[in-house]
Amino acid sequence: MEIVQIVSIGLVATILIVLLKEDKPEIGIQISIAIGAIIFLLMLGKIISVVDVLKTLAQKANIDMIYMSSVLKIIGIAYVAEFGAQICRDAGSSSTASKIEFAAKIMILLLSLPILMAVLDLIIKILP
Amino acid sequence: MDVDILFKIAGIGIVISILSKVLDEAGRKEQAQMTTLVGVVIVLMMVIQLISQLFSNVKTMFQLY
Repeated sequence: MEIVQIVSIGLVATILIVLLKEDKPEIGIQISIAIGAIIFLLMLGKIISVVDVLKTLAQKANIDMIYMSSVLKIIGIAYVAEFGAQICRDAGSSSTASKIEFAAKIMILLLSLPILMAVLDLIIKILP
Repeated sequence: MDVDILFKIAGIGIVISILSKVLDEAGRKEQAQMTTLVGVVIVLMMVIQLISQLFSNVKTMFQLY
């Protein structure tokens, strides 16, 4: 029952943030960053096993490892960008959050361009 | 080991807010501001370690180099 543990940590952190938000909002924001990092670090082992299963499935299906690693990279970029953007939005600076999301979108587009070009090349080869 | 840092940060925050209120009441505005600044920097030191741990873990897991 690890979920009970995580929910309790989250509730305690929320109470502490609400307690500190009146006088010192900057410390409240830092607590919310810390709780985000702590929950991710607690879930790390499970995410690693899920990713390992996905990799073995891809190997069994004879999918090229380049595509699999691009998908993983895109997931990682999306996660980090979402983490930063939510913290910025919590702190009341939504313009910075939108800029972080914009940068993440550009980076994901850049990573997916080779796959798009491969698909286009394939289509051109198939067409007479 | 993980949850300790949460309580550490919250304790520092409460102590800093009480100290800055007391200094404000005593008419020492600059020292209150300095206390707040020092508290934020101390907490930032702890949070930055956590963030760097998180980012290095994400980097190795999702093969972002």
